[in-house]
Amino acid sequence: MAAGATYEPIATNTLGSATASITFSSIPSTYTDLILICNGTNTAGGSTELLLRYNSDTGTNYSTVFMFGNGTTTSSQISGINTSVAAGQTDITKPTPVICHINNYSNSTTYKTSLVRASDSAGKVWASISLWRSTSAISTINIRPYSGNLSSGFTATIYGIAAA
Amino acid sequence: MPILGIIASSITGGLSTTAYESISTVTVGSGGTSAVTFSSIPSTYTHLQVRGIARSTGSSSMKLRINSDTGSNYSYHQLYGNGSTVSSNGYASFTTMYIANLPVAADGANLFDGFVIDILDYANTSKYKTFRSLNGFDANGSGYIALESDAWLNTSAVTTLEFTTSVGIAQYSSFALYGIKG
Repeated sequence: MAAGATYEPIATNTLGSATASITFSSIPSTYTDLILICNGTNTAGGSTELLLRYNSDTGTNYSTVFMFGNGTTTSSQISGINTSVAAGQTDITKPTPVICHINNYSNSTTYKTSLVRASDSAGKVWASISLWRSTSAISTINIRPYSGNLSSGFTATIYGIAAA
Repeated sequence: MPILGIIASSITGGLSTTAYESISTVTVGSGGTSAVTFSSIPSTYTHLQVRGIARSTGSSSMKLRINSDTGSNYSYHQLYGNGSTVSSNGYASFTTMYIANLPVAADGANLFDGFVIDILDYANTSKYKTFRSLNGFDANGSGYIALESDAWLNTSAVTTLEFTTSVGIAQYSSFALYGIKG
């Protein structure tokens, strides 16, 4: 079994001012998996979903099953958002770390899944799975909140993992 | 600094790209396969991680057997959501782990489960081994998301991982094994 170095940062963005979205484009297809890590708040005035869109596809080609606990109850739902991946919820004051695993993002034979773990420090622990019904390799990821803007200081980093 | 996907939010800088190494990868070919096996896993890492996508040719539960141990030495607990309810269950004295729930043909074409499995301290010979998994699949209107914890009640170092289903693992399923240095 040969081993080689892997797990590399591809790009990062820290917002200097409130911005509608962050886009990573021209993502190379040379890795096996992508990991997107975001952390920050929104300007919407409360909790709102963090959304991911792949390859600028604005069609109703996304679906998400999520579960969360809020300290009192647990819930699992099918997201009503079908034009983006629903990747946890962001808050206006407390940063929400989001880790999104996009396994086998560059193959051209399967639909793409996004595994998300998010922790809204205002009140939720979240896990979700999303489907993008496209066999295209993912080369662009757009990150935005459902409402409002991403706040100044919001960070997003994308890593690539290359398998042997 | 060890880099572990599920807890990678702790990354703050100074990333070492040599702490996380690819050991082996299996992509299932035409016709599927009965098992995906990683053997002769070196004991030179601190942790292992298995990442990938998988689909079954007819049975939804993906099993994992360690070091070919067929004894009743496995247990697991699961917290999962199916789009309407959150549930938890657990089982003991099983002869394999149940590590993920895979989509099958009835769930739709081109659907694959995504999974990230962490195997901490896998080479230690004084501890039972605990595995944890984040996995799930979405079938556009149904699906599931799960957090799982599995135990292998054995203190041996993990050297072999065998993934199976009752029927088979479908074409294009892909399993990548990584080692994480301490």
